[in-house]
Amino acid sequence: MKSKWWIIGLSIALLLAIISPIASKFPDGLDRFAEDYNFVDKASEPAFTVIPDYSFPGVSDEAAATIVAGVLGTLILFGIVFGLASLLKSRHET
Amino acid sequence: MHIPDGFLSAPVAVATGAIAVAAIAVAVKETNKKMGEKQVPMMGVLAAFIFAAQMLNFPVAGGTSGHFVGAALAAILLGPWATVLILSSVLVVQSLIFQDGGLLALGANITNMGLIAGFSSYYIYKGIDALFKHGKAGTLAGAGIGAWLSVVLASLACAAELSISGTSPWAIAVPAMGGVHMLIGVGEGMITVAVLSLIMATRSDLLKLQVA
Repeated sequence: MKSKWWIIGLSIALLLAIISPIASKFPDGLDRFAEDYNFVDKASEPAFTVIPDYSFPGVSDEAAATIVAGVLGTLILFGIVFGLASLLKSRHET
Repeated sequence: MHIPDGFLSAPVAVATGAIAVAAIAVAVKETNKKMGEKQVPMMGVLAAFIFAAQMLNFPVAGGTSGHFVGAALAAILLGPWATVLILSSVLVVQSLIFQDGGLLALGANITNMGLIAGFSSYYIYKGIDALFKHGKAGTLAGAGIGAWLSVVLASLACAAELSISGTSPWAIAVPAMGGVHMLIGVGEGMITVAVLSLIMATRSDLLKLQVA
């Protein structure tokens, strides 16, 4: 029963990504402010898009596209920051 | 609270970009000293958790939503400089891959949600925790209040950047951003306290990993 704590932590993060389609679709505080005060149009279109709006391109089901995007992002961040921290650890040991 | 490109003037983008770069450089130097066996997975798990939790917008008043920032949780568990690295990584990935937050606004977003939110919550938390002699109630109260304040201060910094950029006047931006984030901050406080309570109840040793 003694699995590593960080595997449990990462599992919780993945679980959140899987339930992310239930997130509120209302604009967030800043977006709402920009809409109410008519400067939302000032936002420029991104120069390129990879996975825009947390929706994996090519997946027709909206919830599934969000889940794939969320799980992917969660794993990418775990990998990048774990790697970065390992690098910082090894540098200080040498 | 992710600022898209187009809302900030070039001088504001450059100035906040310089602040973010300097903060990351110091953060690398500071975290380097104490990064150990247990901190490495904690850094990764926190980044993953914060990214996923930020997707889960929760409704607040009047057709508006808010989302977790996570700087307070990271600052309490690993310290403010580690928080700068974690939030910067999350914000860079969100901007580059998910087109959430502008590329030119990245410095401002890191300044607000990493640097300002991380440091403010950390010192409020430390202060209240010490005031209550590090008892469980004081620790959780400090975490909740620190988390709330971190979101409010980050939103005020965002309002200041919008106002200096000429996007929205100061007298409008401050109450509009501050007001709604006083509500969103309550969610931040609740999530932060819930996660800390869970860690306290199961693995309280993980509360002693502060690197910097």
